[in-house]
Amino acid sequence: MALIPPPGAPVHRSARTDDSIDWDLRDPELVEAAHGILTTTVEKAIAWTQTSAIWPATFGLACCSIEMMHTLSPRLDMGRFGAEYFRGSPRQADLMIVAGRLTQKMAPVVRHIYDQMLEPKWVISMGACASTGGVFNNYATIQGCDKVIPVDVYVPGCPPRPESLMEGIDILRTKIGGNGQTPSSELIAERTRVREEWLVARAAADEAAAAAKDGQPS
Amino acid sequence: MSATDRESTFPLAMEGREALVAASREGRPLTPTERAIAQVEALTPQEAAERTISNEMLADRRPGSREPLIINLGPNHPSTHGVLRLIVELDGEIVRDLTPVVGYLHTGIEKQCENKTWWQAITCVTRMDYLAPFANIHAYTMAVETLLDMDIPPRAEWIRVLLSELNRLASHLVFLGTSGLEMGAMSVFFYCYRERDEVLDLFEMVSGERMNHLYFQVGGCAEDLPEGFLERLTRLLAQMPGRIDEYEALLTANPIWIDRLKGIGVIPSEQLLGLGVTGPTLRAAGVPFDLRKSQPYSGYEYFQFDVPTEIAGDSYARYLVRVREMRESVKIMQQVIDGLPGGPVQSDDRKVVLPPHEELAYSMEALIHHFKLVTEGFMVPEGEAYATVESPRGEMGCYVVSDGGPKPYRVHMRDPSFVNLQALRPLAKGGYLADLIAIIATLDPVMGGVDR
Amino acid sequence: MPGAVVEEHTHAGELTVEVRADRILEAVRALKDGATQFSRLSGVTCADFPDEPSRFRLAYHLHSLQSGRRVRLRIWAGGLDPEVDSVTSVWPGAEWQEREVYDQFGVRFRGNPDLCRILNPLDWDGHPLRRDYPIGGEAVEFTDAV
Repeated sequence: MALIPPPGAPVHRSARTDDSIDWDLRDPELVEAAHGILTTTVEKAIAWTQTSAIWPATFGLACCSIEMMHTLSPRLDMGRFGAEYFRGSPRQADLMIVAGRLTQKMAPVVRHIYDQMLEPKWVISMGACASTGGVFNNYATIQGCDKVIPVDVYVPGCPPRPESLMEGIDILRTKIGGNGQTPSSELIAERTRVREEWLVARAAADEAAAAAKDGQPS
Repeated sequence: MSATDRESTFPLAMEGREALVAASREGRPLTPTERAIAQVEALTPQEAAERTISNEMLADRRPGSREPLIINLGPNHPSTHGVLRLIVELDGEIVRDLTPVVGYLHTGIEKQCENKTWWQAITCVTRMDYLAPFANIHAYTMAVETLLDMDIPPRAEWIRVLLSELNRLASHLVFLGTSGLEMGAMSVFFYCYRERDEVLDLFEMVSGERMNHLYFQVGGCAEDLPEGFLERLTRLLAQMPGRIDEYEALLTANPIWIDRLKGIGVIPSEQLLGLGVTGPTLRAAGVPFDLRKSQPYSGYEYFQFDVPTEIAGDSYARYLVRVREMRESVKIMQQVIDGLPGGPVQSDDRKVVLPPHEELAYSMEALIHHFKLVTEGFMVPEGEAYATVESPRGEMGCYVVSDGGPKPYRVHMRDPSFVNLQALRPLAKGGYLADLIAIIATLDPVMGGVDR
Repeated sequence: MPGAVVEEHTHAGELTVEVRADRILEAVRALKDGATQFSRLSGVTCADFPDEPSRFRLAYHLHSLQSGRRVRLRIWAGGLDPEVDSVTSVWPGAEWQEREVYDQFGVRFRGNPDLCRILNPLDWDGHPLRRDYPIGGEAVEFTDAV
């Protein structure tokens, strides 16, 4: 049940650390351009490495952090997807899972840690409180961590099941591309190309059949 | 203080400036906590260079002659059990002083409860101490039931005991797992979470959620235990003693574990009592204070169990107490399953408890009660009440004030982690930095309860 | 301890003793060391009654380890700048709880070694748990739930 905001969704989002070296996975034009970027083998290989070894930063805030730990537990092992090693230092991490309610006092800390992460970096907003403020709509809770940092995938739930978080990570990996998972833009382009080829082939076949039919009686 | 002078884009330095702003606004000097925050954040790289040890100081090796190094174990730290910030004054590796700064998870739950009805407030209260949600709602519902002067059917009381003990087991499993993780023993983490997944499955059977349940209601339990729950629980309880033996085999006689935990963090038990510490920390120091025995509530007087107590008072003793409490919880749960009485799980006071759904088809009164309860909520007579339960961390109390209306006037949870965390400073002072981590691990604070 | 106790009542099985605000330290010491031996402080809390002359009603929950009995001491603190004596000299564990009451209600405690905000950011304006402080947050459409 993980969600990605649709392209062009009017949601206020905070800026990334440095726009010049970063491209936004949600921007449809950039994704289209990325389709061109990812066709080279080197870029595909890079995307494969990025998705195979996403190292999360330890950013468990509240109850969701316990469920995040359960995603690491033997039953649903996140380690088999490469995300086992939770880095203590944000400099060495590329995924920030904001797990828990974000409060007014903690907001500058979140932004600071996000800024300390190196590009490329992604953010999963885990849980209802991190996505929208959740159960708590009051003076102390920030209504969604996307008011402070840009988010790539939202995982709803209170707390989300480990399976939900796993789906969120899976969707993020699909978006990044690589590891045998084609990014959705590529899939759409591929499907469009296949259909166009089929239409062309069908039109040619119809023409040939019509020509043969015309040719026969004569 | 240079924090106010320079333009700082360093976001955390804002807190240092906030401290100065707050103090100057009220026209008072900085309190110790504010001074610690201002000191740790006022460092520009130049200032940090100035504060490091100069060569002359290095030559002078008498203890206490060096300028202390103030470091910030920030709110985001792998070993601080959540968003706890520690400003530590170090002399080499020895902790000379320590200032905990909390509030990074302050969600305003108590204010939120004032805008919800008595029943809706349970959903807010359950998210405070998120490792022991049943303890939270047990204390809250007991307090409201005291005000309502309500009797709860015995089956509901026994189910509450059962789930509270299961919660204790789950919470101690997290303690063991995360302590192992922080001390470097990663295997224990995976062993404990394997069991905890099964316990959370049981919670999901009963309440629909793995954590943050809404199962205890004012007047009993929301629903009866589902079919298959007791069989599954029995199977888990049959396995548990063997599993606890596994954890003990990994840790209890482990020389590294003993080296890291024995003798660490000892203060006299009178000082612990003065600080308000309760729970396994107090019991490890020799004071056999357990609310389940001294002030039995919810039917605990019918069960045979021991209260594990140690006298050493160090981190190793705190670890041993919790492991033994896990075994006692298994014993209690076994007794509950063996003797669970039949009957309703909710009081039949229709002014407070929803009538059973079948009744709505043929009883007009039930329909009216249902309507009133769902739209308006039940009224609680004016007054105040304070109910306590023994949560896995200590005395969890709930203070409710009612003004006779459908919403609570004031809900305050006396959270054990909040009070226990005050003991961190005397416990860790004088020890090594690595011991500080061991002490936090065995003190087992849950920041959701500390900050609420 | 003459003149300190204002009233005393029992409701729902709990004994509440109302004490004059300036005698709280005396009362607490007497209860701790006297025959009743209420040696433990369970908690310090507050409730705001804006319609009352002294609007803040503090409650000290005491507990006796020996007998298991509990008692609630109640004092009123009012005025624009409410201030009461701190009990940290009797129980050091009251420090953070009094800081929380100061943070959320604005009641100052004379003698508390570290009276500053504990839960909210240090430069927060106002005292959130007062009844006249708005709940805050965002407006939610199509519902009046908060």
